[in-house]
Amino acid sequence: MKMMMGSSFPEEVLEHVFSFIERDKDRNAISTVCQSWYEIERWSRRRVFVGNCYAVSPAILIKRFPDVRCLELKGKPHFADFNLVPEGWGAYVAPWIAAASSAYPWLEEIRLKRMVIPDDSLELISKSFKNFKVLVLSSCEGFSTEGLAAIAANCRNLRELDLRESEVEDLNQSSGHWLSHFPDNYTSLVSLNIACLNSEVSFTALERLVGRCPNLRTLRLNRAVPLDRLAILLHRAPQLVELGTGEASDLRPDVLSNLLGAFSRCKELKSLSGFWDVAPGYLTGVYPICPRLTSLNLSYAATIQSSDLIKLVSQCQNLQKLWVLDYIEDLGLEALAASCKDLRELRVFPSEPFGVEPNVLLTEQGLVSVSEGCPKLHSVLYFCRQMSNDALRTIARNRPNMTRFRLCIIEPRTPDYLTLESLDMGFGAIVEHCNDLRRLSLSGLLTDRVFEYIGTYGKKLEMLSVAFAGDSDLGLHHILSGCENLRKLEIRDCPFGDKALLANAAKLETMRSLWMSSCSVSFGACKLLGQKMPMLNVEVIDERGPPDSRPESCPVEKLYIYRTVSGPRLDMPGFVWTKDEDSALGLS
Amino acid sequence: MPPDTLSDSPESDVTSAVTFKDTELTLGIPGEPTRSPAGKFCTKRGFIETVDLNLRTSTSKPRGKTHADEVDDKSDDVVSGACKTPASKTQVVGWPPVRSYRKKALESCKYVKVAVDGAPYLRKVDLETYNSYQELLMTLEKMFTCFKIRGNYLGESKVIDPMKEMEYVPTYEDKDGDWMLVGDVPWKMFIESCKRIRLMKSSEAVGLAPRTPPRCTTTT
Repeated sequence: MKMMMGSSFPEEVLEHVFSFIERDKDRNAISTVCQSWYEIERWSRRRVFVGNCYAVSPAILIKRFPDVRCLELKGKPHFADFNLVPEGWGAYVAPWIAAASSAYPWLEEIRLKRMVIPDDSLELISKSFKNFKVLVLSSCEGFSTEGLAAIAANCRNLRELDLRESEVEDLNQSSGHWLSHFPDNYTSLVSLNIACLNSEVSFTALERLVGRCPNLRTLRLNRAVPLDRLAILLHRAPQLVELGTGEASDLRPDVLSNLLGAFSRCKELKSLSGFWDVAPGYLTGVYPICPRLTSLNLSYAATIQSSDLIKLVSQCQNLQKLWVLDYIEDLGLEALAASCKDLRELRVFPSEPFGVEPNVLLTEQGLVSVSEGCPKLHSVLYFCRQMSNDALRTIARNRPNMTRFRLCIIEPRTPDYLTLESLDMGFGAIVEHCNDLRRLSLSGLLTDRVFEYIGTYGKKLEMLSVAFAGDSDLGLHHILSGCENLRKLEIRDCPFGDKALLANAAKLETMRSLWMSSCSVSFGACKLLGQKMPMLNVEVIDERGPPDSRPESCPVEKLYIYRTVSGPRLDMPGFVWTKDEDSALGLS
Repeated sequence: MPPDTLSDSPESDVTSAVTFKDTELTLGIPGEPTRSPAGKFCTKRGFIETVDLNLRTSTSKPRGKTHADEVDDKSDDVVSGACKTPASKTQVVGWPPVRSYRKKALESCKYVKVAVDGAPYLRKVDLETYNSYQELLMTLEKMFTCFKIRGNYLGESKVIDPMKEMEYVPTYEDKDGDWMLVGDVPWKMFIESCKRIRLMKSSEAVGLAPRTPPRCTTTT
């Protein structure tokens, strides 16, 4: 046993103690105690989360943590979800997989979000890691069913394959559907999510796979699996806990009764999703399991209207999470508030986001009802067309336990519909009363005043999204100088310019990233920031052409600033400029 | 203040080319001279007016539809808007913040089969790409080029085959399996409930009336 100088415990004992400490923050803290603790900790860290794939390089990661088993990476900024990040910006995972394939032979889990992963990388994963168990690709792209076939064929110990909302190219394979590439003796599947696949799925392969995997708990099917086939699958897997259905637009009584029979045998089923194009008549098939449901995602069920939704949710007394379209309307949310006392998370999505006129009777009142009736509600995403300061104040007072509050009033700069004032006071009440608020998205008519409130009260705020708000740099200054725990800030179409950014440059090093698009930050300020702050990558994203072909005072289209220990990245496309470009220009 | 980014939506193109006044519909007997920007509109106006008539005169509520009251109130707007630009303005990129994955999922590719009595082939149309009955029927006319669409004073829409001198009536099967006349319900409700379209010979369609369609197996 090796004794450390001044330490009373041998290394092995410390390692054992550290194995009980899982949270990154705690592990990071341990590593700063002394050199020996740093060493022991880094050799024993098994789980690494990289929130921005460009904040660190694979080489640096591997050097510090030589034996990682679970790797999680995030790539593009959040606003990429709304088409604000041009195609080809980056977030390529191939270099990470290549490095990991030789450095981490015992890697078991890879989780990626908003990254580009080619089939080659999937194949490399399938061949490099003998004990590979979990692959989660959330909002990723760049791969096809070929890559999935490689995973199926080679990952003997695979437990989880989750393609959440990724874009997958469907290639008709002569070697058979990718699902049939799972060998006959493969039985370890626990979770399969293929809901995002557009193409047909080989039902025989699926049925056989489901039939031979006794530990299967999660099965999220894609649209192409019709409801009449679902009953067959459920008969094979009555132990399912989470299920995502396919589509079923034709109501057939025989299918419905089969479904009822199948569902009644699924005693463990707690989570339902899918329901694309489902004839409302099929919902009665779901009634028997409603009392057990804790999670319900009806946000793709465009065919189910208010009255059916009310009947459904009224039977889900144990519901904790509900994602639904605004077809639920205020009346449905009232019913939800009355029936679902354990509700923790609510997301209401717009059925017609681009319509000018409201198409449903959903107002601020629905959200107020839920905030009144559901004492555990702490996470909200709500799209609506009108809001008032009164309503926001009421919600804030009802739910001081709110941790995530994202409100999207569809028309930009919409004022309080009762008073025609800004919604500063309403959002101010939210940050003032909800002391544990970690995430906030603003909308509606807002002045600099709201940012003053946020800077004053939003001490636990970690992520803030701002659009079409504010009057001047003062707004941005309030945020950057006041929000001590801010990690991610994303701003679009606000009159924020150079002053606040440059005055708070140091703050940016304490954050993961800042995104600003259609604001008033000049190229000159970006250059200056890049020069002053070597630990930041200041990326100017401008599809109009080289920023130095315009005056320095000209505002840039988009700006993405993030802290990094690996310097400017080497894979930038033509429309991205950073400080290295400038020094290159300076030389010529 | 930076300008909002304009998208390439066709709506914005249409807005600039044609004014609302130009395409506004009025009630009137088909064939009455009306101000219209192109001759093309005039020949179709008869049908649109008859569709308009259908909706304005119907009083019973759509079966099984939960937004009945609202929809009836709005039906006038929907139909009279049939020739107007669709009810959405110039879009700002990425706003409202709805993920394209979600948008695509909701944009159910609404492909329905179109059959014509007596024709050996089926065609498919994506209902989501049209904004009005007029647009749909114009496309059907192009697809089955031997047919013409014509309206008449009885308020029924007919498709006429001048070669065979047979009249065809556009009908559709809805979600509940019933056959209805095309033009019976507001456009939006139609695309949501239509499962397939059949250009039916008039002789067979006699029994079909708004809101009380018998099964299509009944013959006259």
